[in-house]
Amino acid sequence: MNAPFAPAPANARLSHLARLEAESIHIFREVAAEADNPVMLYSIGKDSAVMLHLARKAFHPAPPPFPLLHVDTTWKFRAMYEMRDRMARECGMELIVHRNPDALARGINPFDHGPLHTDLWKTQGLKQAIDRHGFDAAFGGARRDEEKSRAKERVLSFRSASHRWDPRNQRPELWDLYNVRKGRGESIRVFPLSNWTEADIWHYIAAQGIAIVPLYLAAPRPTVTRDGLILMVDDERFRLRPGERPIERWVRFRTLGCYPLTGAIESRAEALDQVIRETLTATTSERQGRAIDREGGAASMEKKKQEGYF
Amino acid sequence: MATALHAAAPDEKGPATSPDKTLLRFITCGSVDDGKSTLIGRLLYDSKLLLDDQLAALEADSRRAGKAGGALDFASLVDGLAAEREQGITIDVAYRFFETGRRKFVVADTPGHEQYTRNMATGASAADLAVILVDARHGILPQTRRHSRIVHLLGIRRIVLAVNKMDLAGYDEARFAAIVADYAAFAAEAGIEDFTAIPMSGLAGDNVARRSRRMGWYRGPSLLEYLEEVPGEPPAADEAFRLPVQWVNRAGADFRGYAGTVASGRLRVGDPVRILPSGARTRVARIVTFDGDLAEAAAGQPVTLLLADHIDCSRGDMIVADDAETPLVEQVEADLIWMAHEPLVPGRSYWLKLGTLTVAASAARAEPLGLNDIGRATILLDRPVPALPYRRSRRLGGFILIDRATNATLAAGMVAGFPSGGPENRLERPGGRIIRLAGDPARARQAHERLRARGRTSFVLDRASLLTELASDVGADEAELARRGAAVARLLSRAGVTVLIAPDLPATAALGPELDLSDPPESWDWII
Ligand SMILES: Nc1nc2c(ncn2[C@@H]2O[C@H](COP(=O)(O)OP(=O)(O)O)[C@@H](O)[C@H]2O)c(=O)[nH]1
Repeated sequence: MNAPFAPAPANARLSHLARLEAESIHIFREVAAEADNPVMLYSIGKDSAVMLHLARKAFHPAPPPFPLLHVDTTWKFRAMYEMRDRMARECGMELIVHRNPDALARGINPFDHGPLHTDLWKTQGLKQAIDRHGFDAAFGGARRDEEKSRAKERVLSFRSASHRWDPRNQRPELWDLYNVRKGRGESIRVFPLSNWTEADIWHYIAAQGIAIVPLYLAAPRPTVTRDGLILMVDDERFRLRPGERPIERWVRFRTLGCYPLTGAIESRAEALDQVIRETLTATTSERQGRAIDREGGAASMEKKKQEGYF
Repeated sequence: MATALHAAAPDEKGPATSPDKTLLRFITCGSVDDGKSTLIGRLLYDSKLLLDDQLAALEADSRRAGKAGGALDFASLVDGLAAEREQGITIDVAYRFFETGRRKFVVADTPGHEQYTRNMATGASAADLAVILVDARHGILPQTRRHSRIVHLLGIRRIVLAVNKMDLAGYDEARFAAIVADYAAFAAEAGIEDFTAIPMSGLAGDNVARRSRRMGWYRGPSLLEYLEEVPGEPPAADEAFRLPVQWVNRAGADFRGYAGTVASGRLRVGDPVRILPSGARTRVARIVTFDGDLAEAAAGQPVTLLLADHIDCSRGDMIVADDAETPLVEQVEADLIWMAHEPLVPGRSYWLKLGTLTVAASAARAEPLGLNDIGRATILLDRPVPALPYRRSRRLGGFILIDRATNATLAAGMVAGFPSGGPENRLERPGGRIIRLAGDPARARQAHERLRARGRTSFVLDRASLLTELASDVGADEAELARRGAAVARLLSRAGVTVLIAPDLPATAALGPELDLSDPPESWDWII
């Protein structure tokens, strides 16, 4: 029982962030090399920011060899649209914005349509965009630590021609050998951040000086509280209920989505290192601020995924 | 009970977080009900990454499942998919994350059922260490041995034997010692050099995060202490530099960079390198990264190399130190873990992916292999491939087999060695094959076209091509025609050309296998 340790994977010496970074870059290059028409789903949040940064590293000095796709709902925070346009310019990447024309025509919004809002804008919108452009591989920023059903998601997740995800029929992934081959009409969702945790994301943003939407930092913002969430009144479309009046509060956001659905937390953390300290001692997991996971109970995210939600 | 468990969690501040930790990946294996989910849940819980809202859900789940009499059900923390919950078993690999002040951990949680061997192999392929669970009441079971063998086969050198449920064995030292002795005997026979045994109770928390007071006779570390302290991997210093080219970066007219992750060794700017399989030599001019050029790079780092000379190099090629000994092989002996319902068919053509290279391959000699079977096979490759034995390099000795029709990943393979190790296996410019064709002569053209489409030079050697000049004087001497034909075929093949001997030449003109094209076998594709 006292034999010396035999050599194992040589990269165990790198710091954990360096190892995660290397793994993500490897995934980007592998998929870009083997897919016909890849795209990066860019949702403008902190995970997307890290993912974009890693893609730039993978292909430097060339820009990443794929476009950015933003599946828009028209209800994102204004600061997110600003960041999106700025990043596309800086990276020299093509930006494709897709808005589901059906949802647009029907005026689907988070105030009147509840779960339909997410389904039409996001789930259906994503499928439309992928079909329309014939993308066969889409990079997404999901992490395994976010939620239970994601813990079993592969790095490469295969979707049938009808975009369905079959948890029983995913390919085994060995070493860093990714099998990118697929049949006609099938597409792959690729998650280069699979093994990152929320803490890793924040440390990496700080260490690399990655630009993030200012909403992640605390500032005085006009808000109302509703159904236990602190919501920001980001533009005049916000429908105030009788008696509701926006109140200025010091808040920041842990995740960013459609502003009428995204809860803020009260905070004075104006600087990144303060946010990190608060986040890493926090007692609630980050998706809690999102109304989407609450619709339908425990297995809801898994069901959404089978239906094609990212 | 619930409150007692709450109280058992460490009450000091959460883990000090720092961006500069090391990462340890480990896999947990055990039979169903050995307490694997409970143990992982406990690790997550004790390391204080159980967040409040997850805890609330956990308490609700525990009540619903009616398990453990209202106590916290740690297992439900780590059970994921609804389909699995209905069956009451975990069926896939799930990845969990936790950290302490010193290390970050990624746990591959794999199920115990034999039919999920493939998931275990998947989890083990990326792991630095394995925790093998046994139930103190049952001791070492066939499953324990099977899991240990798989873990060993996948090259994991650090094994923790977690003797769990010690609470149900009266925390008895003799019981623990007997199990350890049993395992040691098995380990010696299986070639497992080293393991660390820890007595514990996942449910009660004994020796999970903190040392148990109920087992004073045990002097070793708790599981978490061990995981935190197990030494960092020694660098694979004596391996030469090797980098499989992943992506050719053409950033502008003058920039031609070769991007990839360093698979072994280290590299400095100016080092002489060779390209495999061509053997072309040059030097490294620059090591380019987004954060600026590097003076040197080491295993595990993703880089982009600029070479001093314009040399042909593409995805799938390997850049190696000039003095690196890297065999180019057309055959390997390999251990296969079969992962598909459809069994291995010897002679059938599969895709084989090793490093960044995908080639056609088939199994020549193999034990019959079906889902979750493990066995040895001789694999033939359609062209020379740089490879190392798996025990020397996971990156250059591990491969997958892919079904050419369904694209499913069929097997994990580990290069065990190179058969008949003759010098021809080390040739950097290997000979082409010599194949005698039978059946319809028109098929010879087709074969030629097919080879050309794959970038291989071939030549159809038929009666007409010999008779015009080289054998214009042989007349009716068939034996002489065959002799000259064979000589030409050998010369061409040494130059790397695959020679297709047409059916109108005597059989003795060919040295290679005969292929009847009127009835092409499954293996048609790889043979040519
Ligand atoms: N007494 C005792 N019971 C345990 C221990 N660990 C797990 N169990 C129980 O054993 C059963 C199976 O545990 P689980 O974690 O689901 O096992 P898995 O199938 O290996 O994931 C459950 O009823 C647990 O409460 C332990 O250390 N001591």
